[in-house]
Parts: sequence; C-alpha cells; structure tokens
Amino acid sequence: MIEERFDAIVVGAGPSGNAAAYTMAKEGLKVLQLERGEYPGSKNVQGAILYANALEKLIPDFREDAPLERHIIEQRIWTMDDKSYVGMHYRSEDFNEERPNRYTIIRAQFDKWFSRKVREAGATLLCETTVKELLRDAKGKVIGVRTDRDNGVAFADVVILGEGVNGLVGQRSGLRSELKPDSVALAVKEMHFLPREVIESRFNLKDNEGVVIEAMGTITAGMTGTAFLYTNQESISVGIGCIVSDFAENGATPYGLLEAFKNHPSIKPLLANSECKEYAAHLIPEGGYNSIPELYGDGWIVVGDAGQFVNAVHREGSNLAMTTGRIAGETVVWLKRRREELSKANLAEYKRRLDETFVMKDLKKYRRIPAFLHNNKHVFGLYPKLVAAAAQTWFRVDGADKLSKEKEILKSFRKGRTLSGLIGDAFKLARSWR
Amino acid sequence: MTNAVEIGASGAKVEEKLFQNRYLVDAGRPHIQIRPHEIPSKILLSLTYTCPAGCYSRNDRGQVEIAADGCLECGTCRIVTAETGEIQWEYPRGGYGVLYKFG
Repeated sequence: MIEERFDAIVVGAGPSGNAAAYTMAKEGLKVLQLERGEYPGSKNVQGAILYANALEKLIPDFREDAPLERHIIEQRIWTMDDKSYVGMHYRSEDFNEERPNRYTIIRAQFDKWFSRKVREAGATLLCETTVKELLRDAKGKVIGVRTDRDNGVAFADVVILGEGVNGLVGQRSGLRSELKPDSVALAVKEMHFLPREVIESRFNLKDNEGVVIEAMGTITAGMTGTAFLYTNQESISVGIGCIVSDFAENGATPYGLLEAFKNHPSIKPLLANSECKEYAAHLIPEGGYNSIPELYGDGWIVVGDAGQFVNAVHREGSNLAMTTGRIAGETVVWLKRRREELSKANLAEYKRRLDETFVMKDLKKYRRIPAFLHNNKHVFGLYPKLVAAAAQTWFRVDGADKLSKEKEILKSFRKGRTLSGLIGDAFKLARSWR
Repeated sequence: MTNAVEIGASGAKVEEKLFQNRYLVDAGRPHIQIRPHEIPSKILLSLTYTCPAGCYSRNDRGQVEIAADGCLECGTCRIVTAETGEIQWEYPRGGYGVLYKFG
C-alpha cells in the first residue's frame, strides 16, 4: 500500500484519533491515519457537545475557523413522567464570554475540519480504508496493520487505536475482551431542521446562544438511559439511549422510544414543523472505570471510546477522547525524542500521564455509578413519577391545606419506595458518587 | 413491558427514518450474515426489535433474516450475539455503508 515506514499509524479519524495524529504530526513525526469512512465523520455520531478546554489544549485558536453551532448558555436537566417534566435549569450571562466553554457541533462537519488541521500538520490520511488486523513481529510486538486495500499493509513503530466503541481491530487482536451488553448503551438520534429565528424564539435565544436539555424518566420505559435535545444554529439534535441488555430484555424498539420522546407533550412543541434530515444510531461505552481495558502494549496504544473513556454521569466523552488522544501522541513524541523503544514498559508512561488528568480522576470517582444505575432501575421509572406527582400536589391550589399536602407527598414516597428503600437509595447514591 | 411494546408498535416506521439517510451499498457483499438455523434463539429473536435500523425480521418459517442495506453500523447485534456466535459481523469495505451527513 505505502512502502515507506511510519513513526505511527493511527486507526480512526474521530476526536481521539485526530487528537493523537495532530499531536504527533505537529511535532514532526511521520504519521499515517486510516479511516474506513468516505470522509472523516461519515461514520461518526454524537449528540453533540464540544468541550472547548480539551480542544484548546491542541488548537488554541480553534474558534477562528471551526464549524461551531451554538455556545451553550443554558443547561436544562429534566426528570419526566408521561405528561410532565420537573426541571433544573441553569442559564447565565457568564456563558456569553469571549471564549465560551461548551458548544453544540455537528460531527460530520466538525470532524472534517479537525481532519483538515491534522493533514495541515503533516499527517497522511487514507480514507475508505478499513483496518482488518494488527501485524506483529516474531516476539509479538505490533509493527503495523493490514487493511482491506490491495497489498494493504503499512508498518510503523506504534499503532494508536482510536477505532471507536465498536472497535473490531483491538478486539479481534485480543487486546481487550468483547463489550458486554450491560455496559454499553445504544443511542438513536435525529436531526430536525428549523429556521434559525424559530429556534431562537422557542428557546429564548439570541445570536449564537444555545440550550441543551438532558432528560431521564418514564421516557426510557423502565430501562437505564437518558434522552437529549440540543439546539444547533438551524437544527435540533434529538435522541435517546438505553443500555443494550435493557433493550434486549424490555422489547422496546429504539425508534419507537425516540418517537415517544419526540411526541412527549413537553418536547413536541419544541420540534413542531421541523424537517427531519437524518436518523443515526451509535453505541456509547457506559461501563466506566471498571470497564477500561488494557490501554497499551508492545507497539500499541488505545484511545477514546475504544478505551471506554466516557463519563456517563456528566455525559462527557469527546473531551476524554481528545485528551487521551493528545496524551498518547505526546507520550509517543516524548519517547521518540529520547530514542526509546515503543515497548510496553515504555508506553506505560501513557497511563501514568493519564492518571494525572481529569480523565482517570473522574472515571475513578464515579466507578460505582454504572452498577448503581444498573441495579436501581426505579431511579428511571418510580422516582420521576413520584417527583412529578409531588410537584403537582404542591403547585395545584385546590382547597387542601399545605400541611395535608406535605403529608400526602411524604406518604406517596414512603408508599412507593418504603422508608428503608428511600434511605438505602440515598446512601447507595452518596457512596457511588463519592 | 406492555407499555414498551405499545410504544414500539405505535412508533413511526423505521423505513421512513432510514429513507433520510445516505448509503453506498456494497451490492452482493452483505457485511452481516446470520448463521443458518431452524428455530431462532431468544437472543436472535431480540434483534428483530433491538436493531435500530430494523434490519432483522422473521420469515414465514419463523427464522430470523437480515437485510443489511439500511444498517447504521452501530454494532448492537454483534455485541448481543457475541457469546452465541449466531451472526458474522464485519465492517463494510472501506467507503461503503452508511454515510452520515450530520452524524
């Protein structure tokens, strides 16, 4: 395929692969990046929110030409039952800052832009190329990849796998075990188009201000999952995701769930008269810290979703992807400069550096959360119902005195979950959160 | 369960959703194949509703079939059947398959 030998091969042109390739190419390393899609982004799906901090560390002036949709000035967190939501909204003028903190983006466009930066930095990108397996020398060190192109082998000192959650290369090469249906979510998403001024009036926005909604409750039909609605410039991203094993047991279809969410009385008016232009699906690694596989070995490193780098509680993933990709790239550059081998012992530096970042610290902090959510499904069904009923009791003025209303609310919680159940849940959540 | 089934049954047709998407179909080279079977397992049957593209269906003899042209390449079916080995799943050849305009 390509005769010359590379310093590094990067598998995948998503946020993690691009961050790794950019970091190494910018420092003068010879980098080959392989992407199975027709163009970078053509296989990639995300909500999507871009966290500026992770990208700034790579491209400080990215705001000058990156395709950004809206900077987020308002976050809405909803717990929903079939007819209502109870919400926590935070909106602040502080988010209208010179260098906004979070943006909505459209991944296919953003990934193309990011990829252009990678190529400008000097990396060679080959699209429409699916990597089939890793090549190893007699001692088992990874020395390159075999692709589905004719004579499609390429060699390098290190292979960085940014191949995403459904990463077949690493899996089939025995670098990590198969994903478990109970630690990965399936999310479906649609892109709904509306005129810019309609979006701005519906969400009380001006200029490029944006709103994001994250929701949980009866919308996931008793399954562990969440839904979202993000405002872009002239479109709204709307989606819902649940744990794969829950889908298999529950019998709900992902598209049926999405339709029900879109038709919820609190969501429907926000999407009214919009035109849907795309339907997408993707897996999200949700296992957290305890699901992180081996991250490095002789001649290879894993970055991004392939390494399960998603903070499910905070809905962060692309920033973890960019950060792990950057640190993998920096580690390779550092070892190359020192003329050290890219052996397992030396690549342990990647993990050491990661341990010092928010990536590992956050995932470790929440390591008990995935099991808590998996084993406490009433968090997604019963509690939203109780909270909604309590809110209605509290706000409806019907002649009943307030003390009676208070008692009714407390009784509904004790009846729904028992006192010991409530205390137990609070205790378990607090312990998982710690 | 009943509630969920009702949601599924009353939802929009998935075919209409897929119609919005762009695909480059690798004609005659399906990237997913089901192992031949007489009676489908419970896991194989679950793919008829968990697949977000509705690629799996039952034929008139009750066996599960796949039409992978609308596949969104998420990998759900691959993961669900990983232990039983009932399906063979590969990525489409480079460049083929779904082409997200927005993602």
